[in-house]
Amino acid sequence: MIWGVLQFPGSCDERDALHACTLASGGARLIWHEDRDLGGIDGVIVPGGFSYGDYLRAGAIARFSPAMEAVAELADAGGPVLGICNGFQVLCEAGLLPGALLRNENLRFVCRQLDLVDEGSARELSPSEGGQPADRSLLSIPAKHGEGRYYAPEPMLDELERNGQVAYRYAPGQNPNGSVRDIAGVRNETGNVLGLMPHPEHAVDPLTGSTDGLSVFRSLERFAA
Amino acid sequence: MRVLIRPKEGILDPQGKAVERALPALGFEGIGHVHVGRMVELEADDPTRLAELCEELLANPLIEDYEIQTL
Repeated sequence: MIWGVLQFPGSCDERDALHACTLASGGARLIWHEDRDLGGIDGVIVPGGFSYGDYLRAGAIARFSPAMEAVAELADAGGPVLGICNGFQVLCEAGLLPGALLRNENLRFVCRQLDLVDEGSARELSPSEGGQPADRSLLSIPAKHGEGRYYAPEPMLDELERNGQVAYRYAPGQNPNGSVRDIAGVRNETGNVLGLMPHPEHAVDPLTGSTDGLSVFRSLERFAA
Repeated sequence: MRVLIRPKEGILDPQGKAVERALPALGFEGIGHVHVGRMVELEADDPTRLAELCEELLANPLIEDYEIQTL
């Protein structure tokens, strides 16, 4: 499949995301934030960085870009959308994912390799449909952010847990930012939109210590039309 | 017009806490419940739509409260 990687003024991880998509799924190309037409790609990555300088709130301005209108349409149609770090913030601000991301509890920018628990997919395909059982293995993936404290009101959190929408948690004792219930990533109800704070695109090559990030990209491939 | 935006009651506000903790060292005693928010000043031809503007962009209603003041 071919991923489109959005590029906003202030994005900084789009090149690594392109590389990761190519390694994980076969191909990718950049999409400029002013392009209303995504041009025949199969899925979208909203990458990390500081879109529009993080003015007002991280992700608050980026969600109004023409490309994001097209991303919302793709998401509504069931296509795969992955938001990483700032991209996760953008998807939450756009209402495509539940919750919000706040300043880290200790007010410090965090940059470290950490372990994530893969909570498995929301809507598992049965084995006869080609599905795999939920994989709860640990993934070694770096995180680097100053505003990554996931927050949602308690009733919303309970609902997310019930629906299997909590996609990734920080391994016990490794929560770097004070996120509620150690949540590192969530997905929408249908499972085709996924966001997480850690950076799977920086964990795709043995040279940098881990290739565990590839599984994050591949987990969405089944939503490609 | 002026819009004041502050963290919702009950949501951990580490900025407010950091300011609060710094005060005794400067000799300011007896100050508590410090919260840090944002202020936006603007001129609006049609102030009736300001609440909508706050909900859509200036504040995130999930985590922030806002207050519109006429100057």
